[in-house]
Amino acid sequence: MGRYVARRLLQMIPVFLGSTLLVFLMMYALPGDPVRALAGEQHVDASQIAAMKASLGLDKPIWLQYLNYLGNLFQGDFGQQIGTQRPVAEVISEAYPITVRLAIFAFVFTVVAGISLGIIAGLKAESIRDRGLLGLTLVLISMPSFVLGFLVQYFVAFELGIAKPNVSLEPTNGELIMPAIVLASLSLAYVARLTRTSVAENIRADYMRTAVAKGLPRRRVIGVHLMRNSLIPVVTFLGTDIGALMGGAIVTEGIFNIKGVGSLVFEALKKREGATVVGVVTLLVVVYLVCSLLVDLLYAVLDPRIRYA
Amino acid sequence: MPDTTALKSTDAPAAAVDAPPVTDSGPAPGKPRSLWSDAWHDLRRNPLFLISMVLILLLVVMAIFPSLFTSASPRDADLAKHYLQHPNWGHFFAPDWLGYDGQGRSIYARLIYGARASIMVGVVVTIAVTVLGLIIGMIAGYFGGWIDTILSRVTDIFFGVPFIVGAMVILTSFEQRSVWVVILSLSFLGWTQIARVARGSVITIKQADYVVAAKALGASTTRILTRHILPNAIAPVIVVATIALGGYIAAEATLSFLGIGLAEPTVSWGIDVSAASAQLRNAPYVLIIPSVMVSITVLSFLMFGDAVRNALDPKMR
Amino acid sequence: MTTIDKTAHVPAPRESVSGDGPLLDVRDLHVEFHTRDGVAKAVNGVNYTVSAGETLAVLGESGSGKSVTAQTIMGILDMPPGKITQGEILFRGQDMLKMSNEERRKIRGRKIAMIFQDALSSLNPVLTVGYQLGEMFRVHQGLSRKDAKAKAIELMDQVKIPAAAARISDYPHQFSGGMRQRIMIAMALALEPDLIIADEPTTALDVTVQAQVMDLLAELQREYNMGLILITHDLGVVADVADKIAVMYAGRIVETAPVGELYSRPAHPYTRGLLDSIPRLDQKGQELYAIKGLPPNLTRIPAGCAFSPRCPKAQDICRTEVPPLAPVTEPDGAELVGRGSACHFWKETIHG
Repeated sequence: MGRYVARRLLQMIPVFLGSTLLVFLMMYALPGDPVRALAGEQHVDASQIAAMKASLGLDKPIWLQYLNYLGNLFQGDFGQQIGTQRPVAEVISEAYPITVRLAIFAFVFTVVAGISLGIIAGLKAESIRDRGLLGLTLVLISMPSFVLGFLVQYFVAFELGIAKPNVSLEPTNGELIMPAIVLASLSLAYVARLTRTSVAENIRADYMRTAVAKGLPRRRVIGVHLMRNSLIPVVTFLGTDIGALMGGAIVTEGIFNIKGVGSLVFEALKKREGATVVGVVTLLVVVYLVCSLLVDLLYAVLDPRIRYA
Repeated sequence: MPDTTALKSTDAPAAAVDAPPVTDSGPAPGKPRSLWSDAWHDLRRNPLFLISMVLILLLVVMAIFPSLFTSASPRDADLAKHYLQHPNWGHFFAPDWLGYDGQGRSIYARLIYGARASIMVGVVVTIAVTVLGLIIGMIAGYFGGWIDTILSRVTDIFFGVPFIVGAMVILTSFEQRSVWVVILSLSFLGWTQIARVARGSVITIKQADYVVAAKALGASTTRILTRHILPNAIAPVIVVATIALGGYIAAEATLSFLGIGLAEPTVSWGIDVSAASAQLRNAPYVLIIPSVMVSITVLSFLMFGDAVRNALDPKMR
Repeated sequence: MTTIDKTAHVPAPRESVSGDGPLLDVRDLHVEFHTRDGVAKAVNGVNYTVSAGETLAVLGESGSGKSVTAQTIMGILDMPPGKITQGEILFRGQDMLKMSNEERRKIRGRKIAMIFQDALSSLNPVLTVGYQLGEMFRVHQGLSRKDAKAKAIELMDQVKIPAAAARISDYPHQFSGGMRQRIMIAMALALEPDLIIADEPTTALDVTVQAQVMDLLAELQREYNMGLILITHDLGVVADVADKIAVMYAGRIVETAPVGELYSRPAHPYTRGLLDSIPRLDQKGQELYAIKGLPPNLTRIPAGCAFSPRCPKAQDICRTEVPPLAPVTEPDGAELVGRGSACHFWKETIHG
């Protein structure tokens, strides 16, 4: 096990470097110029721009820029914002907590509602109840989050007047519920479908028949024997989904006007603030990599047939 | 007579039915059919497939010949009409049927003309990622070794970048964002899933006896890949691709909504939703109508993909 | 106090329980499966009895209804699509089909236990064998985790699994096929049931291991004086352990006989066909006999005798009239105890 973890950690290094390089290249090698973006409509002459670029190191070859960035990154330095002159690490650490809270809420909602719906459907596969729930998940999946976001906003905030359409600057947990549900909807639908499939498949397994033949009560047959097997693929999916929720938060934050990482990236993109964008994406990549490693390890714990050499 | 079929020990039902109990209409016993004709047999009887097929055909015709559906132009703005004219539900398919948007443009006309961008992005991106993913996945899976190691790592790298954020980074660097730029950025990041699926099924198939036999008979690598492996590896890829198609349409709408996908004067439902969001309280229909249209379009492709998957592999559901 | 309830379920000495009357009495059982292709009649009027200490072998091809009958007795038939249309299953004189789900559950595992064919898929892959064995004691007898574990080790010793205490925390896939089947047997034996149903217990095993497992099963059965229903398609397995045999075909019992009688003098052409298709050393080099044709489709069972389309001796009457399971006698009319044949021409078959 220890050797496996070590090998996986080693494998993560090229993926981490590659992903950050990819984002770095997309940010800096493609057209789009932060200095010009900063200048906006004002007329700035070419020599001024060149001087500013030089001071930011943007005149160097792209590979050197990347190496510099990496070097700084490993010392915990995410660079500086060009516009505000603030350290990127500080800007990100201000924005992160609310996004993490949003993602955690959404995750909890995904787990609770997704798995419950999946079990309800899967226990009676091919029934009307099952088909209805499958149809519902299909509808949820086909609604992009901005569509669902506005629909929820319109009905909950304007028609029913239960909640405010946008959250305040320092949102309370209650205010985050509505955005979290919107953010969770896609994952929830996937989790429900996956759970349903897994339950419906395992319920026909031979060991389920054995469990019944042993005279176990139904709640034990379902709760222990069926669930212990059915939830293995679901747990795997949930692990990789944390990263997706963080990414999806960017759109949701836009709809509900939440000042988290999403708005940060969005603003930074408009201003071509490379350091901020690359910094946020780097963190998302790390979250994704750590989650997928944890999932793999968890998988070994949940399924004894998996052996890591 | 040996009890070979009783491996699963519930002998009677299995032996009696002679068909997988999951599908709605299985093959008649004794008539062997190929995967594809079997799938077609299932699909023709699946109402969800038929409904989604009709919707998709309608959307495609809308995308190619929008003028068949409306005489109004999606770009004709008449500020006198803006927000004042609510939908006239009785005037079926007339320009004012669904009312006018913030700039006094016919919502109905914009709905029809918006199909082109969505369908084009969805279809072209799907074709592009399928071709790209198949090539990379098949090479990695077939040759294995260091080629596989490198290609798999590259796939991991692209997979590690969050899809929407990555697309946003690429798109914001373009001043002029045509449909093709959107297609390019989505394709650039989207091929990983297909590559993984293709690699997985190629690895399984290359150990099959018929591939080993073809190799033993001296067939060339190209021939083995195109004649033996591709036809057998493609089913799961098609399933993933059809379902992803809906996702690309949703992605385009989302990016356009965020203001970094398509831009005016291209007509896109995402742009319309974004423009209408300011007036959500007063004129919700301006926002809801294109929203619903996006969802229906995505739903059509999802249902289509779902039906294809069930037909190709009843167990995968 | 719950202890009273528990002591009541400790297996009583078997002799004291209504000495007469069989342990299990299946009467005129009919089971159907409703499928897309129509109604499959899997079991069509099966009767058999098993007494304490007795071994009944149920013999038949796949689709003969032998496993469905067992599943129905056990109460693990999938309903739907399965449906019991007729019949009674008396366990110690009580019809189990009329019992509540809870009453039936309490019989399962405790009074009647089942051993399945494929131990690998029949054991839960993600739970340790110790947990799965101990579960019997925890659920049925309310033992603590620790006590249940001790009992589980005891059980594994009993079925001769080496180093039981060390292997208690292993998972099913870590055992060999034979050892896994021993674990299944241990699980069935856990609560010392009155009756064990073994559904092809050795089919998935190597030939050498088959014998060991069968011997173990027979030994334990003698030790506990249990009734045993042994379901198999393998005539070889049956010969050594069974007391009596019921041959099934298309959901009916076509012949019953004490084990020796059946082998020496079959009274049904189907049984004869089965016996003739066993390879024999003294007929080396000759073509092996095979029953022609295929087992019938259970949605369209042939009229008359279901075996008639494959029967070498079929006459017109066989295609129109269903032969009842008639008592088989000696040519002089002397009764042959326990023998019956569902063939219009049983006399010709048994007496030449």
